[in-house]
This record gives sequence, C-alpha cells and structure tokens, in this order.
Amino acid sequence: MSIEIRQNLCIGCGRCITVCPGSLIKLKNKTATIPKPERCWGCASCIKECTAEAIALFLGEDMGGLGGKMTVRRENSLLHWTVTKANGTAQTITVNSLDSNKY
Amino acid sequence: MGLDIRHIDTDFLIIGGGTAGCYAALTFCEHSDAHVLIVEKANIRRSGCLAAGVNALNAYIGPGKTPQDYVDYARRDAENIVRGDLLLTMAEGLNSVAEKLENLGLTILKDNNGQYATRGWRNIKINGENIKPILADAVKKQEHISVLNRVNVFEYIIKENQILGVYAVSVEEPILYTILAKAVLCTTGGAAGLYKPNHPGFSRHKMWYPPFNTGAGLAMGIRAGAEMTTLEMRFVALRCKDTIAPTGTLAQGVGAKQINALGEVYEDKYGITTSQRVYGTVAENREKRGPCALRTVGITKEQEDDLFKAYLNMAPSQTLRWIESGKGPSVQNVEIEGTAPYITGGHTASGYWVNTNRETTIRGLFAAGDVAGGCPQKYVTGALVEGEIAAKAAISYMSSEISHPNEDKIEVIKQKLEGYLSRTENSCDALEEAMQTIMDEHAGGMSTYYNFTEESLKIADEKILELGKQSEQLSASSMQELVYIMELQERLLLCRSVIAHLAAQKETRLQGYINSKLKDGNINIIRRQLVREVEIYEH
Ligand SMILES: Cc1cc2nc3c(=O)[nH]c(=O)nc-3n(C[C@H](O)[C@H](O)[C@H](O)COP(=O)(O)OP(=O)(O)OC[C@H]3O[C@@H](n4cnc5c(N)ncnc54)[C@H](O)[C@@H]3O)c2cc1C
Ligand code: SF4
Ligand code: SF4
Repeated sequence: MSIEIRQNLCIGCGRCITVCPGSLIKLKNKTATIPKPERCWGCASCIKECTAEAIALFLGEDMGGLGGKMTVRRENSLLHWTVTKANGTAQTITVNSLDSNKY
Repeated sequence: MGLDIRHIDTDFLIIGGGTAGCYAALTFCEHSDAHVLIVEKANIRRSGCLAAGVNALNAYIGPGKTPQDYVDYARRDAENIVRGDLLLTMAEGLNSVAEKLENLGLTILKDNNGQYATRGWRNIKINGENIKPILADAVKKQEHISVLNRVNVFEYIIKENQILGVYAVSVEEPILYTILAKAVLCTTGGAAGLYKPNHPGFSRHKMWYPPFNTGAGLAMGIRAGAEMTTLEMRFVALRCKDTIAPTGTLAQGVGAKQINALGEVYEDKYGITTSQRVYGTVAENREKRGPCALRTVGITKEQEDDLFKAYLNMAPSQTLRWIESGKGPSVQNVEIEGTAPYITGGHTASGYWVNTNRETTIRGLFAAGDVAGGCPQKYVTGALVEGEIAAKAAISYMSSEISHPNEDKIEVIKQKLEGYLSRTENSCDALEEAMQTIMDEHAGGMSTYYNFTEESLKIADEKILELGKQSEQLSASSMQELVYIMELQERLLLCRSVIAHLAAQKETRLQGYINSKLKDGNINIIRRQLVREVEIYEH
C-alpha cells in the first residue's frame, strides 16, 4: 500500500506535505517526493488534498495489488474518486461529504 | 549536526493534537483564558487515528438507554475487566460531544423525527471523511491555542513525581525544545508496530492502527514511573484480508455472516461480541477450517454501491481492491482475518492508570483517549469526552506559577542526540523487524494464533532487552531518522511492559483479546480503594 507522485503533474504547492500523518512527503526541486514509500499507511489524506491529481494510491503486490491506481478530485463538498485499472479502463465514484454513510 | 536549544513556557501543554488532544484544547478555551500549546509530531489537520476518516460514531447512548446501559454493555463485552467509574464518567458525556461535533460541521444522519439515526443503540451514522479537518479548523480559530506541528515529544521533565514539562525535537529542523507548563495532558494515542504486521514486506505499514502512533506517551510514562494498567489486553481487530479495512460495516450494515472455508456459518458457535467474532475466526483458522469470510455474495447492486462509498469515507483501499479486481462484494465474499495485536485504550482497557479526572499517578499529568487505560470501547466520542474531562480537571489543578526543574538535563540530552546524528547512517529498520519477529513468535503474535507460554515470554524479554542495547548504536542522518530511533526505543520499552503484563496474568478470560488477569498471582499490583471491584477485577 503506498502512493506514487506524478512529477509532471505536481505544481509543488506542498499541501500533501502538510497533511501526511507520517511526515513522509518532502519537497525536492519544487516537486513532491516520497523517499520511503514503504512507510505509507495508505490513509489517502494526501491524494484528497492534492488539487492537481498528481498523487495516486495503489495496493502493493505483497497485498495482492493488481496495478490499479486511485486518484481523487474535489469539487466543493463532492469527492470524485477514480480507479484506473492496469488495463487502462477507469471507473469514477462520487461521494458527497454532506451525505451520511448508509451503513 | 548540532542542535539549537529553544525554551517555551505555556499554561496547559497537550502532547499529541489528535482526537482527544484537539478536543481538550477546545474545552480548555471554553473555561479559561489561559494559554494552551498543542505539540504534534505530524500536523493536526490529518494526524492520528482520524486521518483517513471514520465510519460511524461508535459510542453513543441511543433513545431509551442510559449511560449505565453503556457501562453494563462494555463490562459484559470485556468480561468484567473494566473500571466502572471511568466507563460511567465517559458514557455520561457521549451524547453532548456528538452534538458538539455536529455543531462544528460533522454530517450526522437524522431520522424522520430529527433524532440521530442509530445503527444498533450505540452507533450513529455519519460522514466521517472530514472529521479531523473539522476538529483542526475549530482549534485554529481559537486565539489562546498555539500549535507546534512536526515536533516530537520524547521525555517528561519530572520533579518529585510531579510533571513540569517535556523535552521535544523538531522532525524537520535541528531544534531541541524544553517546554515547561503548569499542567500537561498526554494524548499520543496507542501503539502499533510492536508485533510483526499482517504484511511484513513493502506494505508493512498497511495496518489498522496508525503506524505513526508508536506508543510514545506510554513509553514516556513508563520511564517516569507512571502506573500502567492492563497492557496484556491487546487489541486484535477482525479486518478484511489484505486491506485491513473494518468489517463491522459489512457484518452490521448488510448483515453478512461469518463463514468458514466449508461454507459453514461459524459465528453462531462462538458469539457475536467484538472479541468473540475475532476469537471465532482465529479458532476456525487454527482448526484448519479457514480461510474465513463475510458472506456478501447476493447483496444487491445498490447495497454494493453504498458499500463502495462507505469504504471510500474510511478505508479507500478496500474500494480500490474491489474495483481493480472487478469483483465487488456482491459477487465475491470478503475474506477476513485477525490483525497483529495493537495496544489501544480506546478499544480495550490498556494504558495509563487514571482516576476519574483522568489524572495519572504522576501529579499534573493527565491522559485521555487511546493512551488512557481502564475504559474500553471509548472510540471517537469517548476520546473526546476524556479530553473534555481532563481539560476541566487541568484547569482546577493548575498553579499560578510554572515550576522549574532542579537541574536541567538539556545539555546531557543534547549531547546524546547529537551522538546519534554524528555517526554514519545506520537505519533502525533491521532492529524494528527483529523486534516484531520476536514479539510475533514469543509473545503471542499472529503466527502462534496469539498464544505464548511463560517460557516463551522469558525468551522474548531477553531478546528485546538485547535489541534495546543495540539500538544505542544506531545513527541518524536527519531529524526524521532521529525520531525513528526514538520511536523504536519507545516500542522496545513498551514491548517489555507488555511482556511483563502478559507474564503476570494468571487466567485467560477474554479469549478474543487473548489477555487478562484475575487478581494478582505473585506480581506487584497496587491496590487502590477507589477502583477496587472485589471478586471481579482490580486495576
Ligand atoms: C483506522 C481507524 C478507524 C476507526 N474508526 C472508528 C469509527 O468508525 N468510529 C469510532 O467511533 N472510532 C473509530 N476508531 C477509533 C477512534 O478513532 C480512536 O479511538 C480515537 O480517534 C483515538 O483518539 P486519540 O486522541 O487517543 O488518538 P489520535 O487521534 O490518534 O491522536 C494521537 C495524536 O498524537 C500524536 N503523537 C503521537 N506521538 C507523539 C509524540 N511523541 N509527540 C507529539 N505528538 C505525538 C499523533 O500524531 C496523533 O495526532 C478508529 C480508529 C482507527 C485507527
Ligand atoms: S496515503 Fe497517507 S500516509 Fe501515505 S503518503 Fe499519503 S498522507 Fe502519507
Ligand atoms: S499536493 Fe499535489 S501538486 Fe501539491 S505538492 Fe503535493 S503532489 Fe504536488
């Protein structure tokens, strides 16, 4: 379980660095990097904070990950979560943070 | 690397700006104009247990029920190994903190009568994705609260069993802090990472409890001679295999039954309390009837979609798993397993011994939330209530002046830390792995189905002690690496305390938590009149 940061999309705003509960993300040459990806908890705080959709969450192979990547786009109270599978197909699920969980 | 020394004085110091810590700061400001300083090793916006979001408020008193009902429930669930006085004072505050959270901006589902919609009588349904930013924003609005983010507290300053302040280091810059205060609250959460995790490789931090809660508060207390209670009551969570995501939403939300590899529903055999659900699964695996699963096949498409969303709000990895595999819960049962053991007073009774004011056995030091013991089933709302109780008690306790230590150890500490920073890099990963393997094999980890013997505990203790010595030789090339060394040493110390508590138990009561002692055998348990519940249990 970890994240990957797409350097070409990163605008160096530092928001992901602020929120990481493990202080794992650093700014290097004005872009975010994660020097120790194996220390990631997978909490998704950073991907929710990134406005450039430059961070993706993935499941490590050792926990059965299949290469899918998860990103999020925020639009007011809406969070649009997209999973892009290894074969390139994508699925988006939108959650409104003003709606409570059904369960 | 040389360290700069900085001194800070404050009125009320809070160590750890998580759930309980943030709420304690807010409560303090409602009742006092004095100054509060929160010292947080990450950033309060998304630090601690609430980072990913939570699914529900698990502790609430539903219509027609009373706080005493909650006490009775928690007492039953933990087979009496609880402190009734702590549970009651916690339960009495649950509903008012839930309302406060709603006023701060948390979405809570209401029924047609405008009452909170409950799941059972103790849970209320929320959208908990943004619960931590909501708390952090409220803290930021208070002018009497200062926050030091990315500063890690590692030692108490104590004089004659009274706390005067703490030592801390920046996680980013070479700065060593001495912070003095009139009262101190420890809200550093519980401890993960003592035992070999479910995924020992690349995904080793994919665990349920935050790997960044390393037991710092517990270790500092142990070093300073604070009394700890019930550390043997480890929390083993029942989780979705691989993603370690919660299972309650499946079991209670869509009524999924626990089945073994033969397709038999086994939960009826063992019971459905939290601990029985874990125990049943462990027992089935041990009897080679695993792997076990929650039977979700056959749920409707609509239920599946709601589950995708519910997990996005608290454990997005599970939704990622369902979608990337193309096999959602309607077409494939969800495999479940027990986790590595964690130490967390929010679920079990392990942590600091505290009185009903949440004051520890060190004067002026309060503890709340997952770091405080005696009071299981606190969860989010219980942590908030404890923060509230501790903040109010701290106001009454505070003297008018800050006390100063007789001798300042700061120079000695500075030299020691600079020693770690001056040697060539020798990271702590190998020792951490060794510690987790020892705990796993000899102190009741997953590989032994959480079992251990008196002999194996002795071996564990000797080996952990040895690792402690080796850790003195580690070195760090940055402040963050230095903090990793501190965290390892905290865990090693806590391991020894857990081993000692496990060894002291003379009876196994709670099978699920694989724990527990009834009265003392030949160990030194301090008997306090206040909490004696003779014949039942003594803390
Ligand atoms: C994944 C997960 C899901 C959960 N889901 C639910 C749920 O749905 N409903 C529910 O009611 N409960 C839930 N719980 C339980 C609940 O969230 C916790 O019991 C509660 O939040 C604990 O609060 P706390 O203040 O004790 O700890 P935390 O909120 O974790 O705060 C501890 C803080 O201390 C900081 N810290 C640690 N060490 C140091 C140090 N040395 N120096 C400075 N700072 C330090 C940490 O960074 C952190 O910010 C969940 C817990 C987890 C882990
Ligand atoms: S997912 Fe969480 S732990 Fe991992 S890098 Fe992002 S914020 Fe940090
Ligand atoms: S939040 Fe996104 S854009 Fe900003 S620094 Fe992080 S990765 Fe780059």
